[in-house]
Amino acid sequence: MTYEEILTKYEPVIGLETHVELGTNTKMFCGCKTDFGAEPNTQTCPVCLALPGALPVMNRAAIAATIQIGLALNCDIAEWCRMARKNYFYPDMPKNFQTSQYDEPLCVEGYVDVVVDGKEYRIGIERVHIEEDTGKTLHVGGATGRIHGATESLVDYNRAGIPLVEIVTKPVPGLGALAPEVAKAYVAELRDIIRSLGVSDVRMEQGSMRCDVNTSLNLPGEEWGTRTETKNVNSLRSVERAVRSEIIRQAGILDDGGKIFQETRHFQETTGDTRSGRSKETATDYRYFPEPDLVPIAPDRAWVAELKAALPEKPSAKRARLREDWGISEIDMQSVANAGAVELIEETIAAGASPAGARKWWMGELARRANEQDIELAAVGATPAQVAALQKLVDDGKLNDKLARQVLEGVVAGEGDPAAVMAARGLEVVNDTGALTKAVDEAIAANPDIAAKIRDGKVAAAGALVGAVMKTTRGQADAKAVRELLLERLGVS
Amino acid sequence: MTDLTRLSAASLASKIASKEVSAVEVTTAHLDRIAAVDERVHAFLHVDREGALEAARKVDNGEITGPLAGVPIAVKDVVTTKGVPTTAASKILEGWKPPYDATIVERLKQAGMPILGKTNMDEFAMGSSTEYSAYGATNNPWDLGRIPGGSGGGSSAALAAFEAPLAIGTDTGGSIRQPGAVTGTVGAKPTYGGTSRYGLIAFSSSLDTPGPCGRTVEDTALLHSVMAGYDPRDSTSINAPVPDVVRAAQIGKNGDLSGVKLGVVKEFAGDGSEPGVLSSFHESLEKLVKLGAEIVEVSCPHFQYALPAYYLIAPSEASSNLARFDGVRYGLRAGDDGSRSLEEVMSLTREAGFGPEVKRRIIIGTYALSSGYYDAYYGQAQKVRTLITRDFQSAFEKVDVLVSPTTPFVAFPFGSRTSDPYQMYLADLFTIPTNLYGGPAISVPCGLSEGLPVGFQIMAPTMADDRMYRVAAALESAVGSFTPPEL
Repeated sequence: MTYEEILTKYEPVIGLETHVELGTNTKMFCGCKTDFGAEPNTQTCPVCLALPGALPVMNRAAIAATIQIGLALNCDIAEWCRMARKNYFYPDMPKNFQTSQYDEPLCVEGYVDVVVDGKEYRIGIERVHIEEDTGKTLHVGGATGRIHGATESLVDYNRAGIPLVEIVTKPVPGLGALAPEVAKAYVAELRDIIRSLGVSDVRMEQGSMRCDVNTSLNLPGEEWGTRTETKNVNSLRSVERAVRSEIIRQAGILDDGGKIFQETRHFQETTGDTRSGRSKETATDYRYFPEPDLVPIAPDRAWVAELKAALPEKPSAKRARLREDWGISEIDMQSVANAGAVELIEETIAAGASPAGARKWWMGELARRANEQDIELAAVGATPAQVAALQKLVDDGKLNDKLARQVLEGVVAGEGDPAAVMAARGLEVVNDTGALTKAVDEAIAANPDIAAKIRDGKVAAAGALVGAVMKTTRGQADAKAVRELLLERLGVS
Repeated sequence: MTDLTRLSAASLASKIASKEVSAVEVTTAHLDRIAAVDERVHAFLHVDREGALEAARKVDNGEITGPLAGVPIAVKDVVTTKGVPTTAASKILEGWKPPYDATIVERLKQAGMPILGKTNMDEFAMGSSTEYSAYGATNNPWDLGRIPGGSGGGSSAALAAFEAPLAIGTDTGGSIRQPGAVTGTVGAKPTYGGTSRYGLIAFSSSLDTPGPCGRTVEDTALLHSVMAGYDPRDSTSINAPVPDVVRAAQIGKNGDLSGVKLGVVKEFAGDGSEPGVLSSFHESLEKLVKLGAEIVEVSCPHFQYALPAYYLIAPSEASSNLARFDGVRYGLRAGDDGSRSLEEVMSLTREAGFGPEVKRRIIIGTYALSSGYYDAYYGQAQKVRTLITRDFQSAFEKVDVLVSPTTPFVAFPFGSRTSDPYQMYLADLFTIPTNLYGGPAISVPCGLSEGLPVGFQIMAPTMADDRMYRVAAALESAVGSFTPPEL
């Protein structure tokens, strides 16, 4: 069966659980730093190492961020709730229980609207709750970095205790063949909303946002099928592929008269398939109970109202407004959003650049550099004001495209503002006619054969001489002006 | 010269403050006493001679002053002390030196109190006789063949043996008051949240309460006021002023209890207390009436369910709290010879590291929390806890404090109850309701039965710790003190 045929026969139901690492300065239950990439075990203390006697204290900033996320997802904020202990063993989980929320989440009953193919879909949010991350295990001595063959396993607890927010959707039926696209659009929208709140850098590739995808199939009119859970899907594209491949896999089994087992599956980036993980038949008994080391959370209503009033413009509304202002297509706007460039371009325009000019630099040269170095666009080394200044130099004819890129290189390298870099590197466009005439005459004199061809009317050969002039002026001449001058000197214009 | 180890903490403090004696002399006297008698008592698991003398020297140099400056103290081994071994009397933490001090230990140090060492206890504070210490039991100074109570038997025995004038205990179901009662010393469980749990190796988080142990009510109150108070590192710590327990104890000493209503719990009457315990209790009541107190019988119908509720809640929390002892980060690691899996190493570590009572409670707690049984056991126990709290609240509408014997029986001989856990659990029958409620309670010596001490328990509403100290001090004045035979 093709994918389309499958969807004429079966109805998919999807559900998503998304974990977002909050960008708080300190951990969830102690004052340790949360900097990414620090030396192993340098950001730890008795509390996050779970030394005997150590006690957690809740980070108020993490609660605030969770409430902001809940509000932005149209949730109700609990008047009173508690943390719970989820008891299970994991070598990099210091307490051997995770402090999380169970039957009393902080935010409930929200929704997110997404648009796919011009149609709006409402994804129900069941809950948004707060919990803590675990540490990381490193297996050394083996060839693959996996536990098999390793001689030692080392644990880095820097990440242990970093606040996580889990956002759980309600089961979403009725999407048909669009289920993979809607799933992807939902995760993208969620990412944009959380990014707009400034509470997380939501970088899927770095694991600060990760997604578990639940998928089931049923025949029309029948009960929902058994679901599988594909864990830790870490890119938007993978979300889409994971749903699609799971629909195809499950349909194959059901068509053969087989049964779907409730299990955890792992998405394979290379093949786009999911692979069986832990079976849920012997489900772990987490022995949840209210966390006795922490007092209940009872967010003051005035505080919640304050957080609500301070919510930023919704990304979808902002995108619509800016798309109009900038005069670009929906698709272009989406790629701007994906690159995290909305605010940067906005500020660049505010600093005096044209929308097209601002977009050109951020989405071109600078996005390329950010990708190469795997860093945020905002961290690439240029400010919106500098990009605007650069574009102004181009508009004023002081720089051509090629020179502007060289200037930008200097800006990114920290050499100063564009005008300063241009001056220091001597990159200004040569407009001095005397100097250009000299260079053109030299080129003619050095290439008598080509000059003769041009005089004979083979104007196409002019390119070679223009190139020669550009070379002697180190690219600082305006190529169009060089060509005009050249033809004039050869008497062909 | 007077034997410094026989003096109260209050008199030691004033002699040190007036330079009549030095803190080093006082500390040395206690260290010498420990050296002389602890082989027989075994109250200490670790003695920190150098640390104690260093702290005493700071007081003598005038670096620290305060109401208890220079008065040495013993600390239960379940409380972390920086750089000094802390084991909770378990093999699983043998040799572990915490890199940090518990908040209450920080406060002792700031008050200039030399810490003599760490006292013996039931492993992870689970037990009522100190027989479950992985390092051998503590002997009751009144009769070395008998138990010193538990879990804080080491702290109370150290006081009774004059090895320390003050000690720190922790009370989850009676572990300060019950050893206090059977060793003829004073022990107070403050209001839950009144003393910080930061640095207290957790047994049952919602019940554990560090508290003071002394030989007199006033000494106990002085220590209470040094260790109590808000700690931002403990989320359950109460951010409110500490009741003035020292002043309450001083007022109580005058012996006037007119207008004070003492509630006697009807449901405690038929619970098989030893006749000697009951007669001491009733004689004490008569003495309190003579001081002007009024006795009112009150009903707390749910107290009869306190013991079963406690033995579901405490093990449930313990099963989770003790999960961190897995051989990964600190303490014992068994079987790690490269041939075994992580799970096997963890299992062998726990097998070797935990004693029988700890294992029993972990298993009970794991079962009580497991899905399908949660509602029937843990959930039900929490409901009982709420009902017991209401019993207390309605009782305190009628009376100022509740009173009872501290324990149903005097110190029993070693081994007489270890074969039957339920008989052992009965030792905490009268102390447990207070832990479930969260209010303060104190045990004061009130007489002897068959030559062994009997304790009188006074329970007060939450944050009314001062109220119980007043009654306790009055009782102490009326009944006098009881000194164990020479060791």
